[in-house]
Amino acid sequence: MAKKQLRIALRNCGVIDPERIEEYIERDGYLALGKVLTELSPEAAIEIIKKSGLRGRGGGGFSTGLKWDITRRVKADQKYVVCNADEGDPGAFMDRSVLEGDPHSVIEAMAINGYCTGASKGLVYIRAEYPLAIERLKIAMKQASEWGFLGTNILGTGFNFEIEIRYGAGAFVCGEETALIHSMEGLRGEPTVKPPFPSESGYLEKPTNVNNVETYANVPVIINKGWEWFAGIGTEKSKGTKVFALAGKINKVGLIEVPMGTTLREVIFEIGGGLQDGATFKAVQTGGPSGGCLMEKHLDIPIDYDNLIAAGSMMGSGGMIVMDDANCMVSIAKFYLEFTVEESCGKCSPCRIGNKRLFELLEKITGGNGTPEDLDKLRNLSHVIKDTSLCGLGQTSPNPVLSTLENFYEEYREHVFDKKCRSSVCKSLMMYIIDAEKCIGCTLCARNCPVNAITGERKLAHYIDPEKCIKCGACMEKCKFGAIFIN
Amino acid sequence: MTRITSLKDLQRLRDDLKAQTSARSDKANPDSIIQVKVAMATCGIASGARPVMDYMKEELEKRNIHALVTQTGCMCYCYAEPTIEVTIPGKEPVVFGFVTTKKADEIIERYIRKGETVEGIIARDYETIDSK
Repeated sequence: MAKKQLRIALRNCGVIDPERIEEYIERDGYLALGKVLTELSPEAAIEIIKKSGLRGRGGGGFSTGLKWDITRRVKADQKYVVCNADEGDPGAFMDRSVLEGDPHSVIEAMAINGYCTGASKGLVYIRAEYPLAIERLKIAMKQASEWGFLGTNILGTGFNFEIEIRYGAGAFVCGEETALIHSMEGLRGEPTVKPPFPSESGYLEKPTNVNNVETYANVPVIINKGWEWFAGIGTEKSKGTKVFALAGKINKVGLIEVPMGTTLREVIFEIGGGLQDGATFKAVQTGGPSGGCLMEKHLDIPIDYDNLIAAGSMMGSGGMIVMDDANCMVSIAKFYLEFTVEESCGKCSPCRIGNKRLFELLEKITGGNGTPEDLDKLRNLSHVIKDTSLCGLGQTSPNPVLSTLENFYEEYREHVFDKKCRSSVCKSLMMYIIDAEKCIGCTLCARNCPVNAITGERKLAHYIDPEKCIKCGACMEKCKFGAIFIN
Repeated sequence: MTRITSLKDLQRLRDDLKAQTSARSDKANPDSIIQVKVAMATCGIASGARPVMDYMKEELEKRNIHALVTQTGCMCYCYAEPTIEVTIPGKEPVVFGFVTTKKADEIIERYIRKGETVEGIIARDYETIDSK
């Protein structure tokens, strides 16, 4: 059987010792940098990246070569290249794995980026919660300096380049490039309106090129193997591979790297080994808090930037969470909204207040108090937030709501009209009931109820007072006769 | 430590390193050696890779088996951590999942010493940039 995965960005992860530069060099490490510095002009190297079709792996999907070219064209006495290692999507750890397993590939790509754009300084913005990644990156930077791949007169070509590390405090919004730059400058991690784009005026108002870890990890391979090779992988508009953190109710939870154009079905049922305990597939969430939930009918879509957006989700940085019947889609939307409300920087009102109101509506619905008007309000408010927010965080935060409304409207309706949660997740909509036919009056449930909500005479059917019941489920667990059920 | 000052030097160094590595796994070479790689990313360490790595190092030495135990990054099999890769000269590398110290003992005694098949092998399900 043909193998579905192809490891480009992860080529050295789990293969080399990340703390030994020799092992990186042995696998063609720093060869791309050598080639670019010795044999290519910045323009020619950028042309290779452009033609390869590489697009930003942080989620935006902007052409990497074009971004480099714009930064190169701006004239300035100092320019910067920045590696965005502020991985913040819940459940995503692609960038951490690359930095922990293959830090030199990022250093090499940043130096290539510096040469191409005319920058002699690189900055890695990494979250402080990644201590091992930071440690290995520091070791790699020290080795690269000692071996002559960083510093002055690199490989005897007269090119100078150095890298510094900047720590992020783990704010989700700092993954947005303008907020990231402000955070590095010591200012509040808040986004600003573009233009000016960082490529024109970024860090310390100098032209700054920001790329994500995974994007960088692809660069040396493209130089070494040629743009034709890279452009031969993937779909028409999305080239190469994408790393996903596959999680949720799936058998083989793990990190995977697949060529663009692989279908969700192949990822979930072949690479991921299908759902745990033979459960039924219900949805797959891609793109983290900015993405959406896709359903059965989307499984055969070839994964690429444009197809995922057309389906109402997005590539994002690469989180992929598989869900089964036990997941309530309204609650899932609420979970992501709660995250966004927490992480919104508060600068613009649509995001600060809009998301909060959106979250409250979802709380109302999952709490059993939703009205039909709330469903319309959810949709309208989502569109307003999307259209009017300042940065990518707010512009995408309603996606989990919109995509679940689109794909799982029936579940929203059940919560509002029937006051029912089919997945038995929303406690306010659940009612524990004792089947009088099956109950033999053993009193076990009553003795285990923490709030004394169960009454009844010995050897007679018992009764649960719905006013008192806190829906903990202890009674159902204890009952030996299967007499307690959820309505 | 060598400071590399030209592309040519770099290429030469790479070729030397490649030759050394292939000699290490060449059965015919008297200096060939058994290689064990332990996946030591944050996630691997969290699921117990460090004691497994220490155990492998100590026990292989105690049992007089000439082997090189090194750390590596994430092997991407999160569901089966801790994972290790064992390469016996002349054979393809084999990845084992769910490796505890008890399992490590079985791998040393049965797979490394006797060449028997041991349960828990994870088949490689990806292509590399060299094969594609």
